[in-house]
Amino acid sequence: MLLAAAVAVVAIAVVVVAPGDPAPTTIRDRAAAVASGLRCPVCANLSVADSPSALAGEMRREIERRLRAGQTDEAVRAYFVDRYGRWVLLVPEGSGLNLLPLLFPLAALAVGGVSWWALVRRRRPTTTSEPSTRLTEADRARLDRELEGNRR
Amino acid sequence: MSDELGEERGTAGAPNPYSRRAVALAVVLVPVLAFTLLLASGLGRDPSERPDPVAATPAPAFSLPKLGGGERITSASMRGQVVVVNFWASWCIPCRQEHPALLRAWERYRERGVVFVGVNFEDTEEAALAYAEEQGGDWPLVTDPGSRTAIDFGVFGVPETFVVAPDGTIVAKEIGAVSYEWLITEIDSALRRGGSA
Amino acid sequence: MSAFVGTAALAIALGLTVYGVVASVAGARSRNAAMVESARTTAYSVFALAAAANAAMFAALLSDDFSVRYVAENSSVATPTFFKVLALWSADEGSLLLWNLVLTGFLAAVAFTFRARRPETFPWAMAAMYAVAAFYLLLVLGPTTPFATLDPVPVDGRGPLPLLQNHPLMAAHPPFLYLGFIGFTVPFGFAVAALATGRLGDDWMRITRRWTLLAWVFLTVGLLLGALWSYGVLGWGGYWAWDPVENVALLPWLTATAFVHSVIVQERRGMLKVWNLALVVATFALTVLATFLTRGSILASVHTFAQSIVGPMYLGFLALVLVVGFGLIAWRRDALRPEARVDTPLSREAAFLGNNVLLVVVTLIVLVGTIYPLLAEALTSDRVSVGAPYFNRNTAPVVLLLLFLMGIGPLLPWRAASAASLVRRLQGPAWTAAGAAVLVAVGGGGPTAIVVFSLAAFAAAATTAEMIRGVRAQRRAGASSWRVAAAGAVRRNARLYGGMVAHLGVVVALVGVSWAAFADRSGELGLATGERGRVGAYELRLDSIEERREAHRRVIESHVTVFDAEDGDEIALLHPSLNLYPASSEPIGTPSLRVGTPWNGLRDLYLSLVSVEADGSAASFRFYGNPGIGLLWAGGVVIALGGLLAALPGRRKAGPSAVPAVPSERREEVRV
Repeated sequence: MLLAAAVAVVAIAVVVVAPGDPAPTTIRDRAAAVASGLRCPVCANLSVADSPSALAGEMRREIERRLRAGQTDEAVRAYFVDRYGRWVLLVPEGSGLNLLPLLFPLAALAVGGVSWWALVRRRRPTTTSEPSTRLTEADRARLDRELEGNRR
Repeated sequence: MSDELGEERGTAGAPNPYSRRAVALAVVLVPVLAFTLLLASGLGRDPSERPDPVAATPAPAFSLPKLGGGERITSASMRGQVVVVNFWASWCIPCRQEHPALLRAWERYRERGVVFVGVNFEDTEEAALAYAEEQGGDWPLVTDPGSRTAIDFGVFGVPETFVVAPDGTIVAKEIGAVSYEWLITEIDSALRRGGSA
Repeated sequence: MSAFVGTAALAIALGLTVYGVVASVAGARSRNAAMVESARTTAYSVFALAAAANAAMFAALLSDDFSVRYVAENSSVATPTFFKVLALWSADEGSLLLWNLVLTGFLAAVAFTFRARRPETFPWAMAAMYAVAAFYLLLVLGPTTPFATLDPVPVDGRGPLPLLQNHPLMAAHPPFLYLGFIGFTVPFGFAVAALATGRLGDDWMRITRRWTLLAWVFLTVGLLLGALWSYGVLGWGGYWAWDPVENVALLPWLTATAFVHSVIVQERRGMLKVWNLALVVATFALTVLATFLTRGSILASVHTFAQSIVGPMYLGFLALVLVVGFGLIAWRRDALRPEARVDTPLSREAAFLGNNVLLVVVTLIVLVGTIYPLLAEALTSDRVSVGAPYFNRNTAPVVLLLLFLMGIGPLLPWRAASAASLVRRLQGPAWTAAGAAVLVAVGGGGPTAIVVFSLAAFAAAATTAEMIRGVRAQRRAGASSWRVAAAGAVRRNARLYGGMVAHLGVVVALVGVSWAAFADRSGELGLATGERGRVGAYELRLDSIEERREAHRRVIESHVTVFDAEDGDEIALLHPSLNLYPASSEPIGTPSLRVGTPWNGLRDLYLSLVSVEADGSAASFRFYGNPGIGLLWAGGVVIALGGLLAALPGRRKAGPSAVPAVPSERREEVRV
């Protein structure tokens, strides 16, 4: 029980901090956040924020320019989706089939947690019978036969 | 997992062990089959293929300075003509491969209401001019400061070529070196579209 | 000539593996010891033949024999000798040759290990491994043809892929990864043998324990070397991009990590039998999946090998592995009843079980994220991406939970702990965690940083305390000095101490990873020659740009001096370059870095050259001040050493000699 309580505390702490630290407010930080969610068109699998390619550099500047012009983060992302397709988003937007990868992690964690609990919870002694005292199919058949024999 | 840690299972109403086995096998085999089918769907996949969201959308407007100085080239001035927009760079090897095809197509269509524009991509002016000198062709070449036009077109790399119909719609796009056949097919169909419109 | 030798060797090897399968099975069924023995010794011949095929390819590469197509496509006269050797595994066909060498090497090693003592399952395990080897040998004989020839013979070859000839680390990364991947064939073989024969005791597990650990260590090192390669070559200042090919290599490591833990529960308590077999099958299947997705050209990536036609073959093999492995488990499931059950959440086995659940959850998250684009494309024909932000956000919380369990798990005894003793043992680690939290908060860390670093401190403190407890017990039991006590404790229980050492390595690596993530500061700047520019706390001066021609490439190298912006001190000289290969349109950068050490705040200074003006008068750069990355490599080395320590032959001391001070629960632990 104590362990469960401790796990719960840590789990809550983790879930609380999972969304990350407060959303960025300065243009520079917002631009970095948008760039890290966009896929660099000319690289293997890097974000616009990470890529050392020249085009990614121009895209970072374009993001900052648009933010300075007063566009929202969402509008900037929408511009790139318009030009490059949804392919450009490193986290699929949440609708339709895309809900699968977005909801899956939490669902998997929940199922995992529940199964763990079901397996380790302390059982009331009355419900636990030693497996060795239970009859197997073969035992039962044999028992039936023997009892049959006695009756005869 | 739950079974194995010993769920209570009354032996009394237990079904025949063979059908239980069949159920267990099905529980294993059905997901395996589904997973295999999913993976099989990826077999014909070309991992380097890129999406094409700009097809059939209006071509972005641009106004770009000519390479080596001079007046600007604007998209507005080309309305009503078929425009072939070719993104290229001096450091790009496939660009050299496709250049003869561009030259041939340019010679064939320059008098027929078709404009070519070569947009230089992530390059230095000097190197670009030297390349143009070496490769030949006299269609307008422009620079793209900050790659803004390239981003507007959704360019994934060079070379990349767009065919814009007279009404300003992107009707065809090719990533990588273009062939002469591709150019004449797409330009002809853009011309027909312009004629009927 | 070498083409003929290579092909012939592979063909004979394939024939022998087929004989190996048949003779093993027939010998086991008819209890014909001579036949089993002949199947066993055949492994040596198969290995020798695979070695001959590899030697033939080496000879062709080193002698510039361009009549072999593979040599013409992946090497050239100008290629430096070192990279000619590497060319053996720098493309699909050649790397499959190496794969076969490693696989048949494992076969021969197993054959040698069991030359005298031969468990009942041995012939069946050999049959399973021979079958796997037959598949891979078949691959290099038809669908891919490393020894295909060219006529007419070209004068020169094309040279290796530029990205692969840009860094010497390419020499070590693939072989280690292969050793790791292929190593899991051994536990898989014995698991299948146990299921096929119905000898489902713990034998298969004890037999393969060391093999599994060794494969796990190799895979750990292989993944680390891959990360190091990415960091040193790709020039983006990072080491792990959550690239599909990286992800699929991580998957078997995750399930194998789960297995090296859960196997202990089965040995101690007779539980998790189905689970352990499932983990072994899953791990092996995931290595096949990784091969399929990368070599079958299904996923885009840096390392995806050229288009190959072997995709359907891999997929068929994967399906076969899944059907046979999991099908057998389902078939035998009635025979796999547990001998015991978990009594309470407050026990070692409950903690192990939690660790397994979490590791499998991470595995599934990474798997789903990696193949989701395939699913989306199949169902909606929409191209979508799943990348770093998705994986970071979703796996980080689970990893933190694992970190917590890692700290508390070893403090818990088997069966059931008394709350009082647990509270007593938790006090030290809890205070350490609180101290770390305060330190991080004072140092300006956000809530995430506080949680991460205090959990790390907790796990490190708990692990250290646990290690000390064993040493103390030895000392009290009469060890003459602390040094002797420590040596005794480790010798008596190498497995436990190996695990603890690996855990400390995990903490160190995670601290490094988190530190780098929280402090990530990068900047871009353009500089003319002689100009100075500021990035963060540093000032960079571009001293010169020079161009030089090497045999196989053109190199444009910049020379940059880094100063401390505050006091103007010169800190480092960096020389990032761009390399132009004839076969590549885009220049490939080589970043330059000053490695972080404890004396300079563990901060890597990492500089990439992005572009250079044509006349060499100016250049633009990307600069990263990365703290803590060195801790990742250090932690990784510690993890691998811990794994090796745990794999040492256990010494079962005769008699209960020492450690009377340890409670009975703990004493059992010592004998594991």
